[in-house]
Amino acid sequence: MTEKKIADAAAQVPPAVPQAPNPVPAAPSAENPDPALPEQADGQPQRDAQPVPTRGGMWTDGVPDVSGYGRLTTEVAQPAGQPIPEGSWMVAAAERLNTLVPGSISKAVWDRGELTWFVPRERLIDVVKALRDDAQLRFEFCASVSGVHYPSDAGAELHVVYHLQSFTHNRRLRIETTCPDADAHVPSVVATYPAADWHEREAWDMFGIIFDGHPALTRILMPDDWVGHPQRKDYPLGGIPIEYKGAVVPPPDERRNYR
Amino acid sequence: MTASTQDLYAGPGESPADRVYTAMGGDWDDIAREQAERADETLVINMGPQHPSTHGVLRLILECDGETVRSIRPGIGFLHTGIEKNMEYRTWAQGSTFVTRMDYVAPIFNEVAYCLAVERLLGIEDKIPQRATEIRVLMMELNRIASHLVCIGTGGMEIGALTVMTIGFREREVILDFFEAVTGLRMNHAYVRPGGVQNDLPENGLAQLAEVITWLEGHLGEYADFCNENPIFKRRMMGVGIQDLTACMALGVTGPVLRSTGYGWDLRKTQPYCGYETYDFDVPVWDSSDAYGRFRVRLQEMWESLKIVKQVAERLEASAGQPVMYTDPKIGSPADLAVGPDGQGNSNEHVKHIMGQSMEALIHHFKVVTEGFRVPAGQAYVPIESPKGEIACHVVSDGGTRPYRAHMRDPGFNHLQSVPIQCEGGMISDVVVAVGSLDPVMGGVDR
Repeated sequence: MTEKKIADAAAQVPPAVPQAPNPVPAAPSAENPDPALPEQADGQPQRDAQPVPTRGGMWTDGVPDVSGYGRLTTEVAQPAGQPIPEGSWMVAAAERLNTLVPGSISKAVWDRGELTWFVPRERLIDVVKALRDDAQLRFEFCASVSGVHYPSDAGAELHVVYHLQSFTHNRRLRIETTCPDADAHVPSVVATYPAADWHEREAWDMFGIIFDGHPALTRILMPDDWVGHPQRKDYPLGGIPIEYKGAVVPPPDERRNYR
Repeated sequence: MTASTQDLYAGPGESPADRVYTAMGGDWDDIAREQAERADETLVINMGPQHPSTHGVLRLILECDGETVRSIRPGIGFLHTGIEKNMEYRTWAQGSTFVTRMDYVAPIFNEVAYCLAVERLLGIEDKIPQRATEIRVLMMELNRIASHLVCIGTGGMEIGALTVMTIGFREREVILDFFEAVTGLRMNHAYVRPGGVQNDLPENGLAQLAEVITWLEGHLGEYADFCNENPIFKRRMMGVGIQDLTACMALGVTGPVLRSTGYGWDLRKTQPYCGYETYDFDVPVWDSSDAYGRFRVRLQEMWESLKIVKQVAERLEASAGQPVMYTDPKIGSPADLAVGPDGQGNSNEHVKHIMGQSMEALIHHFKVVTEGFRVPAGQAYVPIESPKGEIACHVVSDGGTRPYRAHMRDPGFNHLQSVPIQCEGGMISDVVVAVGSLDPVMGGVDR
């Protein structure tokens, strides 16, 4: 009798171990790209990132613009940066990397003293391996991985930004890769940089980016059973309008706000 | 009691545990006897998140064979407050108020990392007033001493050296009193702002600083006297939590943990910011890669920080009266606050200026306060050396008045990943020492 009860209870309790969000396929390589990826993404050079192509008026969307600037349209583009100085290590390193991994850098941006290489996700694994292991590159250290969500950057809504550090040469480098929202897969760099383990878990947790080949891609900051990815721009904040003495204060994401 | 190999609690597709006991009450002796006969002593222990020696709300899941740790897994996220998301709904200047609450033991470093990144995006890095940079250095180095005191003090307390904690907090209090006199608060300062610092030192600030220096000079030596050759202290710390240089590189570990492996990597020397190249100080290293080495590195770093504090005090004497905030009225907020008759910080001079003298100044004030300033589109990542290691803020701007994305790279977040490598195969009691020597602050880890 008692045993039967326990068995029933066990049948109703959901499994204690949280299920992996998705089966994790093997990391793709340059020769054998992940078959799950759309074909046109393979090897295609990435477009210029346009986080917010145009914006009108002075306020955030969704509220009537009564500022008098309602018909004002502003173009916003990611900075193209300055030309990379001739003869600098950046030119030599880019050439070296392109020799080791052909087609690895789709765009290089030298802006405000920081170098960014845009890398197609199909090349990412080979790129980070070469960056770490080649004596002329030698970026031994992955300081940080962070996600950024650009909902208006069609086809590349989710960006993953890696900050690398070379102790040998005392250089810094930013690697940026993108994936479309509909196919939010990026290969994991944990095999090369074990330090990226928790950072990738955080990017999965906060942005829903799936890092293929990660050893245990589970939530890290939010509870295991949380629904949604809070740092995405489309994540509802869930506030309600508050009425105070006849006036109504909308929730924070619907408030009129300068931009 | 029933014992079987069938695991009722295994998830679908999960292999069952080799032995499952179902306790029915009153049968604990039977379970203990049968388990003892099997000679399998693996215990799963949940340590934290509410545990006095896990530095806040860190959870450690240990699998032990007797007292030997076979596997350990840190669980974090219990102090996650969504600061990064919140910052996307506040102006750039208000970001300072948020980041200061991340690593609350070293708040000035969060603020400086954030502000340097915002200043790089604004392109005003070279235009920050000299005195503002000097005050930042002063506050950072005092904060470094305070943070190391907390690390050494709580680390000492966890292994039973209670005196180290009581004197550690005594010295820290002297520093926090100085912080209170300068910023108005003991912690959560929001003192460093994009463009400079919120206000100048108070009138008697340098005199109080001299007292702080005298106090620290007189008392910092006590830690070495108490601990360095203390046989109990040494036997608890030496050879514990070993992590060599290769592991530090692979796991992204910086700061005193890296320097305890003998590698003198300090961003103040290798990638100087805030004019650190003009100060005379050394980077202490140790070569034992263990908890004792980290303790000695921190101890020596406090003396080096004190050296910098003394140098910057001389410079501050020379630069008295100079501006402490970027003077562009479109960006800099009024930085000449004083304590008003109501006890609140305000600026009578500024109020007189905007209300009675200059309409443009009033417009600028109104725009900066209500709307905030706009930051050109782009992204920046400025690493600085915090007491724990490399801290940096990755900020992305879409050209608006609010951060599009702000991400703090906290050293503690990386360092906790190395808990398994330091503790597996060791004793349970050494877990506490190893975690203490990493000096994680959960506010920064979870953000």
